[in-house]
Amino acid sequence: MSDHKPTGITRWLFTTNHKDIGTLYLWFAFIMFLVGGAMAMVIRAELMEPGMQVVDPLFFNSMTTMHGLIMVFGAVMPAMVGFANWMVPMMIGAPDMALPRMNNWSFWILPFAGTMLVSTLFMEGGGPAFGWTFYAPLSTTFAPASTDFFIFAVHMLGFSSIMGAINIIATILNMRAPGMTLMKMPLFVWTWLITAFLLIAVMPVLAGAVTMMLTDRNFGTSFFDAAGGGDPVLFQHVFWFFGHPEVYIMILPAFGIVSQIIPTFARKQLFGYASMVYATAAIAFLSFIVWAHHMFTVGMPVAGELYFTYATVMIAVPTAVKVFNWTATMWKGSMTFETPMLWAVAFVFLFTIGGFTGLMMGVAPADFQYHDSYFIVAHFHYVLVTGAVFAIIAGIYYWIPKWTGNMYDERLGKIHFWWSTISVNVLFFPQHFLGLAGMPRRIPDYAVQFAEFNFMSSIGGFAFGAAQLLFLYIVIKCIRGGDKATDTVWENPEGLEWTIPSPAPYHTFETAPKVK
Amino acid sequence: MSSKAGSYYLPEPSHWPIVGSIGLFTMLFGFAMALPGTSDGQMGNMTMMYVGLAIIIYMLFGWFGQVIGESEAGTYNAQVDVSFRMGMVWFIFSEVMFFSAFFGALFYARQLSVPWLAGEGNNAMTNELLWEGFKNVWPTNGPANVGGEFKLVGAWGIPFYNTVILLTSGLTVTWAHWGLKKGNRQQLILGLFLTVALGALFVALQAYEYGHAYSDLNLKLTSGIYGSTFFMLTGFHGLHVTIGAIMLLVMLLRSMKGHFSAKNHFAFEAAAWYWHFVDVVWLGLFIFVYWL
Repeated sequence: MSDHKPTGITRWLFTTNHKDIGTLYLWFAFIMFLVGGAMAMVIRAELMEPGMQVVDPLFFNSMTTMHGLIMVFGAVMPAMVGFANWMVPMMIGAPDMALPRMNNWSFWILPFAGTMLVSTLFMEGGGPAFGWTFYAPLSTTFAPASTDFFIFAVHMLGFSSIMGAINIIATILNMRAPGMTLMKMPLFVWTWLITAFLLIAVMPVLAGAVTMMLTDRNFGTSFFDAAGGGDPVLFQHVFWFFGHPEVYIMILPAFGIVSQIIPTFARKQLFGYASMVYATAAIAFLSFIVWAHHMFTVGMPVAGELYFTYATVMIAVPTAVKVFNWTATMWKGSMTFETPMLWAVAFVFLFTIGGFTGLMMGVAPADFQYHDSYFIVAHFHYVLVTGAVFAIIAGIYYWIPKWTGNMYDERLGKIHFWWSTISVNVLFFPQHFLGLAGMPRRIPDYAVQFAEFNFMSSIGGFAFGAAQLLFLYIVIKCIRGGDKATDTVWENPEGLEWTIPSPAPYHTFETAPKVK
Repeated sequence: MSSKAGSYYLPEPSHWPIVGSIGLFTMLFGFAMALPGTSDGQMGNMTMMYVGLAIIIYMLFGWFGQVIGESEAGTYNAQVDVSFRMGMVWFIFSEVMFFSAFFGALFYARQLSVPWLAGEGNNAMTNELLWEGFKNVWPTNGPANVGGEFKLVGAWGIPFYNTVILLTSGLTVTWAHWGLKKGNRQQLILGLFLTVALGALFVALQAYEYGHAYSDLNLKLTSGIYGSTFFMLTGFHGLHVTIGAIMLLVMLLRSMKGHFSAKNHFAFEAAAWYWHFVDVVWLGLFIFVYWL
């Protein structure tokens, strides 16, 4: 069959092709990453010096809120789904995703949901300003009118995620080439299978939470109102029952990407494949039973504090299995440090720092000291920026030659890496000290003793932001041309995606390959 | 793109998803614009919401119509069938999780937050200082007596009849399935008709019960945490019964048109699975909302 592509705008609007849809997801994520990043720049500009200078406090609050929501739901999650769309069918030898039309719908809900979310900023009373966790009663009794639009945006994002996840599960379980048994699947496929399960399990719970918000706000229910026998803390329980698996939804595919990259550039097989699979499943299981560690200071019974502490620190075990696996894969490997490998190695180091600070806060009595301080901000930015985002960038450098047929500019890629890695640490590392010294999160102004570290952090923030514009340039340059990539791209990488030409033809594996 | 005969069917580019997105956006944006934003306000103009709903219904007809056409033309092989089955199973799982959020809220209120408001555990001062005299009883509309005194819907009246109705409809849909599998179209159509009729009867009785609760019992959505959990759980269930009955009605009409064969009838099975799912949710409701 000829490799014809539809042309014009309808190619993208009506597409049922997993590669086109993957590209759409990745570009949407990139645009949202820049929008959310611009909001982060506003935040860092205001916090550069003590006192109020750039924006008013309410707008500052809606910046922190929208920055978080856009980065979580608009940037990281869609980017991961974009990778899944591009890579899962190619990695398992499938002709496309299992349900291609629904795949299109999963994507094309996102721009509408994103529009609805961002439109709240221009409404009377301003956008949501209650933090990305939208705790009641801030998000119910005391929220601006635009909150109802925010609620429906979350509903739409949920529809999109659930349909996307169903598609990924059906693809992985039903579309594998003959011989591709479950325990032969690339680790990226495994991590996405488990992530998709998490998505289907918790996105509906989030939908339930925002629905209760909606009826409390508009129809007089009392879910989060103690006067009617409800409880604002109930919101936190429902939210974090979604929220904790959600953080693994963002990081498990990142684990998968890094587990593809490190063996390639260490020129060794992944040290312990089976243990990686089991560790991923164990993390996913534990993610359902630790949610209240986000709420240690809310006034739980001591038994609850103890249980959630123990359950939480247990996650360190499967996570350590992963980190040691990556390290052992590199051990005595003949390593080279092309750009994807640099990002992957930085991921291992910097994500682990975020993991350790997570362990610190997983212990209830310690958490009491730095709850809702800049320490938590530093923690989750280490796991989400130097964790998830670094893995996304690593994955793009790793697979973009396969997608475009061109090599990216290696010199610029290395500059991008070092510039980002140094600046991101200048940005977030001082925030640990700020948090330990007592600076609360989500404030536009602060006491003067926090001035120096905030100044450093802002300088790092601007530099990190600028580095991503270089990334945009590198990506566009790679799409437009560059050295031709070979079919394998790298030196003997493992996986079916390297057995097809570069750039990958519009349709691949219409006849299933045989996997030994 | 055309697919080779016998291979996994990959559809041509389709405009239905983007139509669905436009409909979804229009409906929800219109709904949000109409919402009062406070619990004692009035709903605004809902036109935009209905326009969006109409677009979605148009999309559902078009999209499902295309899929039915492809299915009847024999385009789908057994592997495509498995994808559809997985899609439906995981969709139902997501619905289970949606309901579990509301069941979770119910259990949390009954077992934890209401006792805490009444001073249980280390919450003596909460009760003493904020809600003096509030006792841990269920049902409750909270220490502020939100919505005023109300009476309950008894479990062994309409709710019990509804339990029998739904369980019976689970039997009739299975009987219809047996008919389909042995090629007895008469039995299929009669079974489906009975199932849809029982579903409609259920919804009608629920509607009657809601009217009774609002006008005679002063039990409303605004009756504190009891009213909130009662109406949200039974209301979402009722909505799902309605959706399930519509699905089965479509299956009935398709059966009458001669669709489905003993081997190829996934759409019927998907609707039947969905029906069993709403049945099971109802059992949970009957036990935890009405009975205990």
